[in-house]
Amino acid sequence: MTQSIRIGSGLGFYGDNWEPVVASIERGQVQFIASDHLAELTLAILQKDRQRDPALGYARDVVPMLLRLWPLMQPRGVRFVCNAGGLNPMGAAQAVQTALAAKGWHPRIAVVSGDDVLTQLQTPDGRFEHLMNGADVTPVRERLVFGNAYLGAQPIVEALDQGADIVITGRVADAALFLGPLVHGLGWKLADAATPEDFNRLAQGLTVGHLLECSGQGSGGNFGGQGDWQNIPDLAHIGYPIAEVWQDGTAFITKAPDTGGLVNFDTVRQQLLYEVHNPHAYFSPDVVLDMGQIQLHDEGQHRVRLTGAQGHAPTDQLKVVAGFRDGFKAEITWGFSWPDAWDKVQAAEAMIRSQLRERKMPFDELFVEYPGLNSAHGPLAPLPPVAELNERAEIWVRMVLRTPVKAVADGFGRLFPWMALSGPAYTCGFQGLNNTSELLGIWPTLIPRDRVQARLEMLEVQS
Amino acid sequence: MSKTLRIPLVQLAHARSGDKADWVDFGLFAWNEAGYRIIEREVTAAKVQAHFAPWLPGQVDAWPLPNILALKFVLHGALQGGGARNLRLDNLGKAMGAALLRLEIEVNAEELAEAQKSPRRGWWPNGTPSTSTS
Repeated sequence: MTQSIRIGSGLGFYGDNWEPVVASIERGQVQFIASDHLAELTLAILQKDRQRDPALGYARDVVPMLLRLWPLMQPRGVRFVCNAGGLNPMGAAQAVQTALAAKGWHPRIAVVSGDDVLTQLQTPDGRFEHLMNGADVTPVRERLVFGNAYLGAQPIVEALDQGADIVITGRVADAALFLGPLVHGLGWKLADAATPEDFNRLAQGLTVGHLLECSGQGSGGNFGGQGDWQNIPDLAHIGYPIAEVWQDGTAFITKAPDTGGLVNFDTVRQQLLYEVHNPHAYFSPDVVLDMGQIQLHDEGQHRVRLTGAQGHAPTDQLKVVAGFRDGFKAEITWGFSWPDAWDKVQAAEAMIRSQLRERKMPFDELFVEYPGLNSAHGPLAPLPPVAELNERAEIWVRMVLRTPVKAVADGFGRLFPWMALSGPAYTCGFQGLNNTSELLGIWPTLIPRDRVQARLEMLEVQS
Repeated sequence: MSKTLRIPLVQLAHARSGDKADWVDFGLFAWNEAGYRIIEREVTAAKVQAHFAPWLPGQVDAWPLPNILALKFVLHGALQGGGARNLRLDNLGKAMGAALLRLEIEVNAEELAEAQKSPRRGWWPNGTPSTSTS
């Protein structure tokens, strides 16, 4: 059994850049790349794709990504794990296989599914309470459009044990994409984990996955603060984080040589706490992580040693994220120039409100914000006095209508064009004539583990 | 007795925010132990809640993590029900970490000077950049 393995970060979301992964493969001495294509909302996007075409429903960027990366990975024996399967893992795997076969490449591809629990959520025999507020699912049950459990690392481990070069999953816990290769490569106990040492190793692996699942955010990208991001070198050529993980669980976070970005105590811990709630009970299907004793030792030169993650046995429930149809929105953006820019924007808003009333267009909310003034921080970024706003070169307004009625959303943009000739003067940049979109509410809940059956299939190699 | 100052958190800390359904979470980080002693004392759940209240009056949970000189906060009800139904341009609250750094805290001049001159725990390639002053 090997003493240590190296795993590199792939994408951090559907639409991310895969070019930095090239450096990790060519110069980072990795044996695995794991790629997270699914943010919490991505399934909502994929669900809309699947509605249009049942063959879709997966993160389509995996195809061009692997056309670029597979010829670099194959000769080096680098294997690839991703959750780009989304709502249609088999569709994603077949699309990848077809595209690579056209180039004469024939990797062994494994498909992990079984995360789709929509039918169970739609059956009125479970309450499936909202994880955060305890509400009953009944009022939204009819409007559910997807519902997926977060699977753990076990099926990924099995796929790699069976020799898969590429593993494509649906919804799995993001960090499991990384934990799977670590368990496979280092021979850790997973399903049969029993001792504190077993769980602490898994906790180290889960932490590694968490640190790597957001690509450049783990190596100096999106570094929040003032006056410091400028000291992070060459973000345009950022190296995504790489972890070197030892059999005892000790891990080092680093990146490929001659890349931009920064791996240090500060950049690594910003990612450590990202999208974590109780840091003493970070739940995953494989292990519950306590970060309270974690030590991040900065060795300098883009190398941080990670120790001290503590693990506990996972619960008998899996997390599910479901989405339900929740009305429609339509939005416009419009610019008004000096003079009196602020007063003109207020007048336009008042005219729109009166039109909505006069035409009896039902809506739940008209949300108004001023890009450039308050759209990032709301009232925490106080508006200057009106006299000053009226002297501004321009004021932009964004108005968004929330309504249960699609026809009302479709008609919202039509309320504006007349103002170009018959409203206040000096406007520019109107957008939003036709941009209705459906809103989705997110329903996080739990499901008993024994009601979810992960499935592993190996595609037949066509050659 | 040294002078008491009111400063925005951005002068002492860095932060990142993220989303989970209708919650926004924040990691808040001091650069060194001296800075951590100040933020741990000053940035309580109640103060964070009061800071966001004019905009988003939700419950705030807090956890200290002295092992990494950090505080963790979670603000409930921050995203109009969740990112896929939130009408704001920042529908995922990714810019809200900076809104936390606007929070003003009270420090005495001496402890502030110590936090600002103490070395950072992290390695920075061109030496430690000067902590922001404004």
